[in-house]
Amino acid sequence: MRDQIKEFEERTGHTVNIVAMPSSSSEQFGQYRLWLAARNTDIDVYRVDIIWAPQLASQLLNLTETTADIIGQHFPSIVESQTVDGKLVALPFFTDAPALYYRKDLLEKYGASVPETWDEMAATAKMVMDKEREAGNPDMWGFVFQGKAYEGLTCDALEWIASSGGGQIVEADGTISINNPDAAAAIERAKGWVGTISPPGMLAYGEEESRGVWQIGNSVFMRNWPYAYALGNEGHSAIKGKFDVTTLPIGKEGSRSAATLGGWSLAIPKFVKDPEAAVELVKFLASPEQQKVRALVAGNLPTIKSLYGDAEIAEKLPIIPLWEAVFQNAVPRPAAATKLKYNEVSNNFWTAVHKTLSGEGTAADNLTALEIQLTRLKGTAW
Amino acid sequence: MSTVRSSIAALLPRRSDLRRQRLRSAWLFLLPMLVVLTAVAGWPLVRTIYFGFTDASLTNIEGARWIGIGNYFSVLSLPSGATLYDGLLVDPAWWRAVWNTVRFTVVSVTLETIFGMIVALVLNAEFKGRAVVRAAVLIPWAIPTIVSAKMWTWMLNDQFGIINDMLLGLGLIGQKIAWTASPDTAMIAVVIVDVWKTTPFMALLILAGLQMIPGDIYEAAEIDGVHPLKVFWKITLPLIRPALVVAVIFRGLDSLRVFDLIYVLTPNNLQTKSMSVYAREFLFDFDKFGYGSAASTLLFLTIALMTIACIAVGRVSVSGEAR
Repeated sequence: MRDQIKEFEERTGHTVNIVAMPSSSSEQFGQYRLWLAARNTDIDVYRVDIIWAPQLASQLLNLTETTADIIGQHFPSIVESQTVDGKLVALPFFTDAPALYYRKDLLEKYGASVPETWDEMAATAKMVMDKEREAGNPDMWGFVFQGKAYEGLTCDALEWIASSGGGQIVEADGTISINNPDAAAAIERAKGWVGTISPPGMLAYGEEESRGVWQIGNSVFMRNWPYAYALGNEGHSAIKGKFDVTTLPIGKEGSRSAATLGGWSLAIPKFVKDPEAAVELVKFLASPEQQKVRALVAGNLPTIKSLYGDAEIAEKLPIIPLWEAVFQNAVPRPAAATKLKYNEVSNNFWTAVHKTLSGEGTAADNLTALEIQLTRLKGTAW
Repeated sequence: MSTVRSSIAALLPRRSDLRRQRLRSAWLFLLPMLVVLTAVAGWPLVRTIYFGFTDASLTNIEGARWIGIGNYFSVLSLPSGATLYDGLLVDPAWWRAVWNTVRFTVVSVTLETIFGMIVALVLNAEFKGRAVVRAAVLIPWAIPTIVSAKMWTWMLNDQFGIINDMLLGLGLIGQKIAWTASPDTAMIAVVIVDVWKTTPFMALLILAGLQMIPGDIYEAAEIDGVHPLKVFWKITLPLIRPALVVAVIFRGLDSLRVFDLIYVLTPNNLQTKSMSVYAREFLFDFDKFGYGSAASTLLFLTIALMTIACIAVGRVSVSGEAR
């Protein structure tokens, strides 16, 4: 990032300072909301999660006209998600769709195939984990994911449920669909992993904690975003060249693999002091050249269609061209349907899931309680 | 009689002149502090209480509408004919947060008092290098909570944390414990870190009390051959009681509004969510500034009531001792 900023500074003569933010996106959001509400003019450009657009739209600059010349390069579905009431409030920066990381060396060693369903994954994980432990690695685990009570758990649990035919929590038309047997079964299945193939501490892991266990070679599988691909193949990584990625498993025969659509955009607050310079920076960072740099150094999936045919990217990070289809079929979180209330919906949802995973009540009971909470929250309309 | 009265009457105006002058200068000296207090504590408090009665949101704070006690309690009639109770006072999540906070406060303040007392008694004894030990004991208190909480998060990590490693090495536990993740140990982890951090504060206040006790009382007890345990219960404890009560009240109030430690160590865990964490969630994450303000107001009321209760209880026992 710093090299890119330096290039921008040299090219335009503007000075850019990067403000470090907490790694948890829920915490970033709280801080952004505070700054935006206080009309803070210190920050000219925000990096925002794609799900925040409807919640922050009233405080953000309309970019429709200033980016009209370049917006056609981006995937229309992503642009659509950043458009609120006909106004483009954030320019897509990179997109995200998670993968199932697996240790190809271990699967080969024990003659297992790449799993297609969650149950196959759990069985393979258990088998490999047990054998590896017998072979003298007591810290070996089968599967790591994001089990902490935060936005990441909403993503993970949405995948388990959507890939089992359990809907998307709140459907696009605003119907609350979460309380159904398929969803409950999907969460119960995940509960079975905690303490057996996943470390019990999983319930406090975010992306980085799970990558910590994975990258020192102590897990057979991991659910994570593509950024972990580039990091896993870095110089001192214990699993360099020993892993590969595939799409997330499905719940049962006939259902579709579900990946939660993630990604980040760049937005400018309404009361910015120098809107022209801010727009310049946003357009620079979201340009094809810079997205290519981000893809190569950080494994960030571009939002620009043409980059998926790029030979250099295909050679260095084969996950990227492979992922074009994955994120285009990704499941969106119900941010658009629940509008300003999304955060509370997500919080209620991850709380219900976290409760189930930590053994407080059954999935069915917790989802019934969640349905009541969401109905109350919805009131007459979202 | 009448002469006395008249002479007093003659004296009074002069005396009250002086009095008035003194009062005036006293107020003058107090004024800057009062102004600052009103600006940084009074005004925000009034604003928070006011917002608690509105539907304010952070994105539209000027457009806040007065909704009475709606944030605390409201009754909704659904079209289906069912009645729905809503608001803070009927929110089980809020009462859970209250219970968590109270439990945390009682357990951690009790432990801190016991450990603080032990540390203070040790530090009060004469030994070589006492000054160095006194300074060293204060280190946990000097580290900002955020830093120590983050440090403990890594130490308590189930897979590569040093705590599990040491306990395993000593053979005290059979398998790694997920301290901050497991619902059974999350609160224990929070209490451990809080006790580690604030015991020095307790020790310091108790030590100050200990040093106020004149040495000749102990000499007399020694000459009379009183058992050291009896000396502690009959002499030390009653004499440091005022200092102890102040220390416990300070710590109690502090831990009722606990936020940073829990927020860093076990964010969003139902088992440890405190009143402050609950309020912050509504204030900033959910954009329900009014509702969050109502929660903050209740938190303020709880703390105010506890303070009054503590002071009352503290006074009663002190005067009871005097008798």
